[in-house]
Amino acid sequence: MAVEVREQVVEAAPAYDVARVRDDFAIFEQKIHGNPLVFLDSAASAQKPRQVIEALRHCYEEEYANIHRGVYYLSERATEAFEAARVKVQRFLNAGEAREIVFVRGGTEGINLVASSYGRAHLGPGDEIILSHMEHHSNIVPWQILRAEKGVVLRVAPIDDDGNFLLDEFEKLLNPRTRLVAITHASNALGTIVPVKEVVKRAHAYGVKVLVDGCQAVVHMPVDVQDIDCDFYVFSGHKLYGPTGIGVLYGKAQLLESMPPYQGGGEMIRSVTFAATEYNVIPHKFEAGTPHIAGAIGLGAAIDYVSELGLDRIGAHEQSLLAYATERIGEFNSVRMYGSAKHKASILSFTIEGVHPHDAGTILDRQGIAVRAGHHCAQPVMERFGIAATVRASFGLYNTVEDVDALAAGVATTLDIFG
Amino acid sequence: MFDDLRELYQEVILDHSKRPRNFGRLEANNRRARGHNPLCGDILSLYLVIKDGVVEDVAFEGNGCAISMASASLMTEIVKGKGEAEARELFERFHRLLTSDDADPDLLDLDKLAVFAGVREFPVRVKCATLAWHTLTAALDGQTDDVSTED
Repeated sequence: MAVEVREQVVEAAPAYDVARVRDDFAIFEQKIHGNPLVFLDSAASAQKPRQVIEALRHCYEEEYANIHRGVYYLSERATEAFEAARVKVQRFLNAGEAREIVFVRGGTEGINLVASSYGRAHLGPGDEIILSHMEHHSNIVPWQILRAEKGVVLRVAPIDDDGNFLLDEFEKLLNPRTRLVAITHASNALGTIVPVKEVVKRAHAYGVKVLVDGCQAVVHMPVDVQDIDCDFYVFSGHKLYGPTGIGVLYGKAQLLESMPPYQGGGEMIRSVTFAATEYNVIPHKFEAGTPHIAGAIGLGAAIDYVSELGLDRIGAHEQSLLAYATERIGEFNSVRMYGSAKHKASILSFTIEGVHPHDAGTILDRQGIAVRAGHHCAQPVMERFGIAATVRASFGLYNTVEDVDALAAGVATTLDIFG
Repeated sequence: MFDDLRELYQEVILDHSKRPRNFGRLEANNRRARGHNPLCGDILSLYLVIKDGVVEDVAFEGNGCAISMASASLMTEIVKGKGEAEARELFERFHRLLTSDDADPDLLDLDKLAVFAGVREFPVRVKCATLAWHTLTAALDGQTDDVSTED
């Protein structure tokens, strides 16, 4: 019997060329205290490639006017560019429709919008909201504000000592009074990646809506909101190598339509008389006032940038750095690491015995190494581990093996100075 | 290498941060205050026994970075036995040491506190060094609210 042999030509993907990537970031040309910049704080805010800066320049120098109102050429061009950015975000998240993408100032405003609009309209006394133990303050405080106003109850889904999210423990919290789950996709303090698709599945079984805080996730991996099936998803532009002051709230169209406006003003109305106002359709209903036009366009450029590199390849590059860093930093007997979840983003949180993180941050800084030292705006999870602060090194698409070596050398210097 | 770091984290400072003096609660206090640096989470409670306008006894507890702990420890040593006005005046001179480039540590008559001169090269750390002193001022003022470096 003849066997058909089919030859398969597999083209090897080109290796991730981090040196070329770094050339896109002018900030690496400078020295910090006489040393090359080792930037390990992208989880707080990422550096910007020339492509994003060029998009901002192009917007302001060549295509700038207010949007959605002018009948003239420049306004049309600016409106087109702004709405094209919305479509880029839609594709980036694989949202079903562009009108499900609301531009906001950042992840924080996205959550506040949902708490304020959806929360006030749909939640009441005794209704329960489930958060995880490792939420950023921005996914805790808006719900506490709602609690003070509406009497909702906040429940906290636990994590284990490695920082793993405990899906079954979470499920036990679901009950007929549960109305909403507001949960991080990836923890900024521990790096833990939460199985949000499974969270959504179990929450939806109880008819509970789910908001996912994707600020630390969209930068490391491809995200598909239709696959996750979450009801809301938020992220910030500035952590995704885009401008500050711009972020995204994705919401299912039907939900956004059922929600009252967040702020009143221009843009969000269809007609206004002193007797009554007819609101605009989504997403414009939630975009009162002149938005951050250049910011949205810059975010679009950032999305083009990471998409061209490929989120899968960026993630793989960062994971190899995380593995190497975990090994190198783990070699120090006096270092204790926090967060070793099975699935984690490229975030390394640690303390050095006898050295306060703030002091370590100062010593590393003098060697040109930028890390975050503190509670990372996630005090409840710090408390969970009985610590006030950690040193956090986070790895982005431009970091290198040499950066990890510099961090290890920096920790050694820190120990040396502290005797 | 790292001369400025070694100047900042010199032996006296490391020693006081690792083994702070007058550390603990002073039950017999008649003035106390709590200080907090919300930026880095440093927190300390200061207890004073003031008699006839003189700091008769002082103690503190809390946790924070080496600079804030050493500053609190050295402060308790130096203000013990001093008059209230003298203590406040000392803080003014200490503050000048940390913030003004032309201040001559020798002329400021700061005794042991001169070891903090290195902080001047690290402006973001000035608040760490002054937290204990702000708390002392609040305690002397009879303030009962927490004092924050951000107020």
